[in-house]
Amino acid sequence: MSERTDLLLAIADDELILGWRNSEWTGIAPFLEEDVAFSSIAQNEIGHARALYELAAAELGSTADELAFDRPPEEYRAAPLVQLRRLEWARTIARHWLYETADELRLAALKDSDDREIAGLAAKMDREEAYHRMHAEMWVDRLLATEEGRERLGEAVDELWPYALGVLDDTLRPELAARAQKKLGRALPDVEPIARGVHEDELAELWKEMTSVRRSAPAGAQW
Amino acid sequence: MEGDDLGAALGACRRAMVTTDEVWEALGEIPDPEIPVISIVDLGVVKNVAVADGTVSIDFTPTFLGCPALDAMRLAMEATIAELGATPDIRVRHDDSWSTDDITAEGREKLRAAGFAPPTPRPAEPVELVQLQRGHRCPYCGSMSTKLENLFGPTPCRSIRYCDDCRQPFEQFKTI
Repeated sequence: MSERTDLLLAIADDELILGWRNSEWTGIAPFLEEDVAFSSIAQNEIGHARALYELAAAELGSTADELAFDRPPEEYRAAPLVQLRRLEWARTIARHWLYETADELRLAALKDSDDREIAGLAAKMDREEAYHRMHAEMWVDRLLATEEGRERLGEAVDELWPYALGVLDDTLRPELAARAQKKLGRALPDVEPIARGVHEDELAELWKEMTSVRRSAPAGAQW
Repeated sequence: MEGDDLGAALGACRRAMVTTDEVWEALGEIPDPEIPVISIVDLGVVKNVAVADGTVSIDFTPTFLGCPALDAMRLAMEATIAELGATPDIRVRHDDSWSTDDITAEGREKLRAAGFAPPTPRPAEPVELVQLQRGHRCPYCGSMSTKLENLFGPTPCRSIRYCDDCRQPFEQFKTI
């Protein structure tokens, strides 16, 4: 597998799995507007995954659906940050913000790529992600505005920080740390990143649910 | 056999007569699947039309990558081209070639009349939250006293705002 395909699959898997995690709030968010927001963000992320899988599929002679659903969980390249199931609001906001901040850095690098397909897709994704970032920042500001919010967000960020570092490669990690520090007004813990390649138990559980309909149908079924 | 050949030859002649103008006109009759008051041409998502040897090639861009209307648009375009007697070749472009700035003036007016606030112009720098908190006009009463209720709405391309003057919530096209 080429380095290009490997990169496309890593980002596609991040977006697909995070899209699923975001969709877990559909119907049970703290209030209706957040139900709408997280459902919409989920739809965007899964749309990004589809476009990225299509690029990879063209090289592999496969399809977006086969790549999204027909691989065993251990072959997914998703960062452990998005694999975690954290159905708790402070952790959800912390992950959302950390992921979107990391994703902005990653997309900025890809927009400069010499590969026109990748650069073009990254630019289009970034237009949409700008709204996710605004949403995440709005929530971080809201939580930072009260003592309880600041405390709970702080705990969640510290817990997720090694995972957030694991979304990016070495070169982009310092910038993520600088941005997180600027927003929170304090340094982040000095920890080892929990990087891509680690598979959390939660991923296998999600995979079972995510692929259940497809696996229930005979091979080659048309939808 | 001869008859079939003749039929094929006649068909080829008929197809050769489709012009790009006719294709644009026919595509202009296809409503957006989610906001049927405007056509896909008004929306600016059709980027290029080329006619050659009885095949009509169309490049188009989804508004948002996760737009569920993508397949509906593609099928509608294929059916329209087939009705014109040509073979459709629809290519989806996943690049940054579409912006809400590409919505036609007519399309913007149709949106406004249907109660959707048209998108504001794309700024040179990425949109910032502070810009969304002011400067948006209510499509019902024209007031500028409107506020952002939710960055997200019923489809990825819309936000929800509220007008303090006529006290109506309304849908604002996101600027992309």
